[in-house]
Amino acid sequence: MQGKLDNLIVQMINENQETLKNNWLNEVNIFKEKELAGAITTLKLSEEIDQQFFELLIKHINYHDISKDGTLDQFFDQVLHTGLPLRYLTQGLQAARRVILNLLVETESDKEKLAAVYREIDRWLDPILNRVVENSSQIWERTVSIQKTALLELSAPLIPVFQNISVMPLIGSIDTERAKLIMENLLNGVIKYRSEVVLIDITGVPVVDTMVAHHIIQAADAVRLLGSTCILVGIRPEIAQTIVSLGIDLSQFPTKSTLQKGMENALEITNQQLISNK
Amino acid sequence: MDIQSCVEVRNEWDIVSARQLGRNMAKELGFGNVDQARITTAISELARNIYLYAGRGKICIEPIDQLGKKGLRIIALDNGPGIREIRKVMEDGYTTSGGLGAGLPGVKRLMDEFSIESTVDVGTEISATKWLR
Ligand SMILES: Nc1ncnc2c1ncn2[C@@H]1O[C@H](COP(=O)(O)OP(=O)(O)OP(=O)(O)O)[C@@H](O)[C@H]1O
Ligand SMILES: [Mg+2]
Repeated sequence: MQGKLDNLIVQMINENQETLKNNWLNEVNIFKEKELAGAITTLKLSEEIDQQFFELLIKHINYHDISKDGTLDQFFDQVLHTGLPLRYLTQGLQAARRVILNLLVETESDKEKLAAVYREIDRWLDPILNRVVENSSQIWERTVSIQKTALLELSAPLIPVFQNISVMPLIGSIDTERAKLIMENLLNGVIKYRSEVVLIDITGVPVVDTMVAHHIIQAADAVRLLGSTCILVGIRPEIAQTIVSLGIDLSQFPTKSTLQKGMENALEITNQQLISNK
Repeated sequence: MDIQSCVEVRNEWDIVSARQLGRNMAKELGFGNVDQARITTAISELARNIYLYAGRGKICIEPIDQLGKKGLRIIALDNGPGIREIRKVMEDGYTTSGGLGAGLPGVKRLMDEFSIESTVDVGTEISATKWLR
């Protein structure tokens, strides 16, 4: 019967709860001092968590099924969300294995029976360990996917600034996925905001290699097909030099060194003027 | 001094790691802003070619010191399909992937020394050096 301990073992554990708990807390504290010394704020929190952890384990020794009533899952989730490391849980479970085995070894001398006890404990504990790892990797995957979405949303924004003028500031490395997004947002935005001029600002792009240049050229061409003008701004001097060395010809595109100069140019093209009223 | 550092290239993120490594080493060796940009761009080209055409490989970067002449060498290694016509791929505009075909000739111009060895079905090794002035 998976996940269910032999009755005699359960009885033994129940009878020695206090001793087991003390031994377990000792082991966990040694681990915490050694490994988690950096996480001082969460350490204080965790004394209560320790108690809860042990009580839940004891409770589940009497259960058939580790997902029964969901309290174990809830606890793992809670711990991982507090920011305690996964190690705390796995080490805590391993410590439980050790203290229980120590107790049983003291009271049982028959080798055959001892081997059976070891197997029993493993059969009880392994599913719990697996569960912990599963839960934690799910939390991790969820976090990564949320961050990825958030990052993509930020990665190629088209901002309407003045009538018929929009800006796309690009910051960070450009990979294929982002390049696709740049193109999509640019074309959708040009139509949505009726932009006559779009400024692509690459001040924040660390490396402009042939792939990035190619995508920018394609994007600018597509904007031109829609009847609008694309101005490339924010080309740092060192980037200008590497672009030339790569033999990439940007002469057919309007380029300006700074966003400000690009904006002046854009205002000209759209017959607009900034008037100061001092 | 030949402490070589390598980055495995298997996906696009590895290209960024390889560039980062190159930029850090170039900075440490005392290369200026423009040369740092040249070196990282060259690494980007070579790493992307590995990712695109060989699927996987690695970029190794080593500081060099020959009789007091200091520099940095990029070595790009892969066991991919190899290049049949090396002379062609060194021409501006030659591409088999709809790119600009500017990568390899560009790397040659960005760096001071450049060599390429490739055997069909065995792989490609490209080495490029930039000297510190
Ligand atoms: N590591 C490699 N293994 C096999 N073939 C390669 C490798 N590197 C380059 N090639 C071949 O050489 C051609 C030219 O490469 P190059 O980097 O100069 O241009 P590209 O990658 O096609 O376009 P770009 O780099 O301008 O985006 C490639 O199209 C490809 O056929
Ligand atoms: Mg290339």
